[in-house]
Amino acid sequence: MTNLFQLFRRRPTANVARERLQILLAHERASVGQEGLVATLREEILQVIAKHVTLDRDKVQVKLEREGETSILEIEVEMPPVSRPRVAMTA
Amino acid sequence: MAKVVVVTSGKGGVGKTTSTAALGAALAQNGEKVVVVDFDVGLRNLDLVMGSERRVVFDMINVIQGDAKLSQALIRDKRLDNLSLLPASQTRDKDALTGEGVARVVAELRDKFDWILCDSPAGIERGATLAMHHADIAIVVTNPEVSSVRDSDRIIGLLDSKTAKAERGERIEKHLLLTRYDPVRAARGDMLKVEDVLEILSIPLLGIIPESQEVLRASNIGSPVTLSAPVSPPARAYTDAVKRLRGEKLEVAVPVERVGLVSRLFGRRVA
Repeated sequence: MTNLFQLFRRRPTANVARERLQILLAHERASVGQEGLVATLREEILQVIAKHVTLDRDKVQVKLEREGETSILEIEVEMPPVSRPRVAMTA
Repeated sequence: MAKVVVVTSGKGGVGKTTSTAALGAALAQNGEKVVVVDFDVGLRNLDLVMGSERRVVFDMINVIQGDAKLSQALIRDKRLDNLSLLPASQTRDKDALTGEGVARVVAELRDKFDWILCDSPAGIERGATLAMHHADIAIVVTNPEVSSVRDSDRIIGLLDSKTAKAERGERIEKHLLLTRYDPVRAARGDMLKVEDVLEILSIPLLGIIPESQEVLRASNIGSPVTLSAPVSPPARAYTDAVKRLRGEKLEVAVPVERVGLVSRLFGRRVA
């Protein structure tokens, strides 16, 4: 009898499911998109640098970090020793 | 021209294999030449659901590695002679499934059949991406339940980025197949409604398969539900889904068991 009573008193849960999913997926879609963005940025940055400097691919780090509302794109490029510059002098 | 369809979901246990068997049989019942292909290497089950488990001699990996011809590996259905099965290997390593090998097999299947239905393994690993790679059309099987919807969303992202069509800059056709739907619980507010799932995933609806004991009864006896219980609600839902897949414009409704008060309440249009 108590169980039957509880059944009638129970609140619907589907709306909770819908809202949780909407929030979660908005977040996940953004972050999955950004994984691709970081890879693309890294690739294109590498190409630009490779035009001018011979570089080890592992010496370029691209990171996207999120804190609350803001995102910070961090690009770290370790350049080879200055003794052998190969900068094009076409200007 | 042959159409390659991947039946996928991300999450396991939502009804990919059952749906592949039922849709494949329903297409064949419509006179189409159909092959259902199991991509779940190591955990094959499409053979069992189709009732062909004792007739498997060669599998897709044997074909890829040149140990068997495609015609030797294909198993023709005993009930419908225009329906065939290409089983997955149960014993070989998953890595034996190569991108190049799959491409070759799919190309050969395109010459022989009108429809090639690829039953994807669960997950987002190589087996799943290989199953979807050559697809023209994707059927995303989803249960009205949070984890299934989330995983479907992830799979939709992969379909838009990892398939051959996506890589060529084309759009892959995607459809939602909502399975194990219970209109009574949805009306009570205890299950995500069709509209909720559609709003979240925003891909067109191919069909709603109601929760039904006929589905388990069908797999128990190794028969697609469209053959074992053709007038049951899930079979009618699969048959209608196939009509939509073939381009018919058909309103989506949840088929119900009996005509009466219940069907008047829940047989109404839902999308």
